[in-house]
Amino acid sequence: MTALLEVSGVSVTFDGFRAINNLSFTIGPQELRAIIGPNGAGKTTFMDIVTGKTRPDKGRVLWGEKSISLLSMSESRIAQAGIGRKFQRPTVFEDQTVTENLMMALKAPRSPFRVLGWRATAADRKRVEELAFEVGLGDQLPRKSGELSHGQKQWLEIGMLLAQEPRLLLVDEPAAGMTLAEREHTTRLLVDLAKTRAVVVVEHDMDFVRRLNCRVTVLHEGAVLAEGSLDHVTANPQVIEVYLGRGG
Amino acid sequence: MTKGFLSRNPSVLWFLLVLSIFTLSVTLLSEAYGIAFVSTSFVKVLGKTLCLCLVALAMDLVWGYTGILSLGHMAFFAIGGYMIGMWLMYARTEEIVIQAMAADVIPPTADEIRNGIATQIFGVVGSSELPPVWAFAHSLTLQMLLILLIPGLLALIFGWLAFRSRVTGVYLSILTQAMTLALALWLFQNDSGLRGNNGLSGLQNIPGLGDVSQDRLSIWFFWASALALGLAYPTLAWVVSGKFGSVIRAIRDDEARVRFLGYPVEGFKLFVFTMTAMIAAIAGALYYPQAGIINPAELAPIASIYLAVWVAIGGRGRLYGAVIGAAFVSLLSSWFTGGRAPSIDLGFYTINWVDWWQVLLGIAFVLVTLFAPKGLAGIFDWFEGIRTPDRKGAPLGPDDGSLQEKEAQQ
Repeated sequence: MTALLEVSGVSVTFDGFRAINNLSFTIGPQELRAIIGPNGAGKTTFMDIVTGKTRPDKGRVLWGEKSISLLSMSESRIAQAGIGRKFQRPTVFEDQTVTENLMMALKAPRSPFRVLGWRATAADRKRVEELAFEVGLGDQLPRKSGELSHGQKQWLEIGMLLAQEPRLLLVDEPAAGMTLAEREHTTRLLVDLAKTRAVVVVEHDMDFVRRLNCRVTVLHEGAVLAEGSLDHVTANPQVIEVYLGRGG
Repeated sequence: MTKGFLSRNPSVLWFLLVLSIFTLSVTLLSEAYGIAFVSTSFVKVLGKTLCLCLVALAMDLVWGYTGILSLGHMAFFAIGGYMIGMWLMYARTEEIVIQAMAADVIPPTADEIRNGIATQIFGVVGSSELPPVWAFAHSLTLQMLLILLIPGLLALIFGWLAFRSRVTGVYLSILTQAMTLALALWLFQNDSGLRGNNGLSGLQNIPGLGDVSQDRLSIWFFWASALALGLAYPTLAWVVSGKFGSVIRAIRDDEARVRFLGYPVEGFKLFVFTMTAMIAAIAGALYYPQAGIINPAELAPIASIYLAVWVAIGGRGRLYGAVIGAAFVSLLSSWFTGGRAPSIDLGFYTINWVDWWQVLLGIAFVLVTLFAPKGLAGIFDWFEGIRTPDRKGAPLGPDDGSLQEKEAQQ
């Protein structure tokens, strides 16, 4: 199995602070991976690098079968290449309806001229409905997404990610602020998604990571400290010291 | 599909209906084609107002929909005016020069005519040569192309530089304002080739139509302005109704998120900025023949700020809001500043509206921004019973998309 994403020897410094230090990371095309680590370990910076928001000082980020470098690509090009990102805070377009939000995310040409001439076909509308049902918003389509509850906005955002049909999904703390039932739903969704694509979950909550039951990468001070099953990494004395010893 | 578009955008039909009734009424009340109830000068005011509505539409698209507070769109408007003004002035002077030379024994050569025109136009700035920028002024077709090309190109280059460096918000507004000011200062110079602070004048005289009275010309321009507005409104309504509209509103609300959806945000901004600059230029090209004169003061940054004020008072983020704002505020403004508003005698002080109108406008702007962010167009929502979603509590973050206090607890 070749890697879908290969990050190697990446370093980034902000005003003298080394946020990422010689980090290497690989993920296969159908894999679920959790990234854990204490605050400031570089989890968000890592996602910023992969999605093109932050340019690393050195290192390589290679994507796909053809091993294209993502470093010279803009955020939008990287997103078009098949990397979707879910932010910690639900970011949906509150002024627009659920349908409009999903329609916008739907995989289609993205250039201004093509978008101007684009009109939704029956197939597109059907796909939007399916997606809405999949994330439990089937009866909310005409509502403005600003009216949805916190949890519903999270679902909508996941629906939008699915509409993009990404090959790699980066999910930042999906369980934050969710009820127990919502967490279970999220876990199921993520595990399901990882059957057809790569999913990287950044999470604080060890309990939630345990539910995901997947390979875990522990970050510390911008580098990989340990990697393996959750039981394996939690048995690592270094991990216990830097992470569990501090955070509990 | 067309039927669907109109039923989803009922404002288009209403707008066209109101505009046609208005155009017809003014025509029937005019001096040229009706009962002479409306004076020719007022027809010109109304025609100019329609042009201002058109540029307000452009402003609404770039600011209200895309969230780029451009304080430079009146510069594009003025450039449009300059472009048509160059042809008007050249062709009109050509007529006069040929007429004057017709009495000569030896028929004038083309060069002599050209020199005569140059002396006539540029004598006022102490020059008798036609500057290179007037190279196309003899041709109406070419100057008309330039109305679109020059502002379009300027917007494209400026926008590309600004958006590529991800300049947004207040900084972008300041940058657009600087562009306007730089242009105005350049035009103020006599050697800019556009007659410095004299500007271009006599634009109300249309070459070849010397024997048509201003009464008729004013109505013709009024029709042309109404037609331009009547074409632009449905076109822009179509642009903002589909996914394109969705994307630009999304850019306004959270452009980083739009990038992660895979849309080239800079491309969209550039597209909207350039397109609206061209619309503004068309509006300007229709406006200045009715105004009769254009000078660099028209490019003053304050003009673009007024434009933003009209759109804000009318209600940004919806097209008819911009039109209502521009029409209402600019007509009211000409009423107040025209000395027609009665002064208020307070005993110790007399409020003279010519001086106090701007203060009133300023206060109105602040009040609208604070208490009625939807502007005058919000009245329509009120009738239809549409309310903003009750978001419960104060925002937790700086932008509109942020969670609000009680929402987060739910």
